[in-house]
Amino acid sequence: MARIEFTQQLRRFTETPVVETAAATLRDGLEAAFAVNPRLRGYVLDDQAHLRANLVVFIDGRRCEDRLSLDQSLAPGSRVHVLQALSGG
Amino acid sequence: MTDRAWVATRKGLFEMRRGAGGWSIANVGFLGEPVSMVLPPTASQRMLAALNLGHFGVKLHASDDGGGSWNEVTTPTYPEQPADAKGPAWKLVQIWSLAAQGDTVYAGTLPGGLFRSDDRGASWQLNESLWHQPGRAEWFGGGYDVPGIHSICPHPTNAGELLVGISCGGVWATRDGGRSWSTQARGMRAAYMPPERAEDPNIQDPHCVVRCTARPEVLWTQHHNGIWRSADNAESWQEVTTAPLSSFGFAVAVHPDDADTAWFVPGVADEKRVPVDGALVVNRTTDGGRSFETLRAGLPQSGCYDLVYRHGLAVAPDGRHLMMGSTTGGLWASDDGGESWTTVSNLLPPIYAVRFG
Repeated sequence: MARIEFTQQLRRFTETPVVETAAATLRDGLEAAFAVNPRLRGYVLDDQAHLRANLVVFIDGRRCEDRLSLDQSLAPGSRVHVLQALSGG
Repeated sequence: MTDRAWVATRKGLFEMRRGAGGWSIANVGFLGEPVSMVLPPTASQRMLAALNLGHFGVKLHASDDGGGSWNEVTTPTYPEQPADAKGPAWKLVQIWSLAAQGDTVYAGTLPGGLFRSDDRGASWQLNESLWHQPGRAEWFGGGYDVPGIHSICPHPTNAGELLVGISCGGVWATRDGGRSWSTQARGMRAAYMPPERAEDPNIQDPHCVVRCTARPEVLWTQHHNGIWRSADNAESWQEVTTAPLSSFGFAVAVHPDDADTAWFVPGVADEKRVPVDGALVVNRTTDGGRSFETLRAGLPQSGCYDLVYRHGLAVAPDGRHLMMGSTTGGLWASDDGGESWTTVSNLLPPIYAVRFG
């Protein structure tokens, strides 16, 4: 199971569940988190369902470059971190 | 209401109350967060606050108890963008304006959207007719990278009539509840454009448009390169060239009952956005723009670099109480139509909007 965690800064605004998911892609993994807290979607994705400009996602310590499709593969045991980017904001 | 005002700032929403000792801060909401616009309580006691979280995007909150408690509600969202769509991305950048018309609430957004809510802000529908105007492709940003709707002027008695001001997309109006729109900036002149495009109504930059409540056919605008007035419900606009010191600025307010009385806060010019000679003033006309008085009493008259943005000047329904806030965090109030001012605070965060109510 992949594990998805969100920056603690988000807890000021909405619940940030830690999600264990069998999803095979980043987008499906995020959807699993949004299913737990639908409000979370608007904090992570923009109108066009792209990753917000000032957020960044790491999968197993590697920064995701594709911010649009979010179709990066998740392996069983992957650790996903959704963080605020230090640029911007 | 003249004894309560709302100040939306870079770092929170400040509720101001006027008591025996003058204005003071009564409550602070969203401390630390950018509040781009506030809609004071409507007849139903509902109020709205728009946030612009740097990392996490635009958010909208509603209160039913005068700002004592807030609940996050659905944010206006653009539809899925077609692959061949021209212009800026269909992504919400900011809620720039909020207005109520009866039970309907409108939100004006960047990039250039007008959203409508018939359930007090719980859900929003994009006005597709305006969004799909072919002319929208010509709009461009003024102060932001993308165009935006900053002024929403409902008609006080005609429920289906609404006028919006766009930087930079001119003035547009609907008279059939938003089904059709027409450009309404004839007579304006854009000095920043090539000469052959200067009078194009679709690329004008009205910084702020306001409508007189008692005589809704009279509108005023502080434009990027001057002041304009319309006395025929925006069918035509006439430039007002008599303002002292400078006709550049962002804010304008019109007296709710007297269409000939309006207030402006001038800056030097678009390339130097500070008060003339370091002295903050308010220009007021009481004769429809034929002449102006420059009001200074109580305002800093040296070493002042405060700029008042387009939503930073408000007049109360009585036409006598005014309040203005600056990008330097200065807040001033008047209870005599601008003749004299008192300093409410010099220490607030940068102020985006001031509203009575």
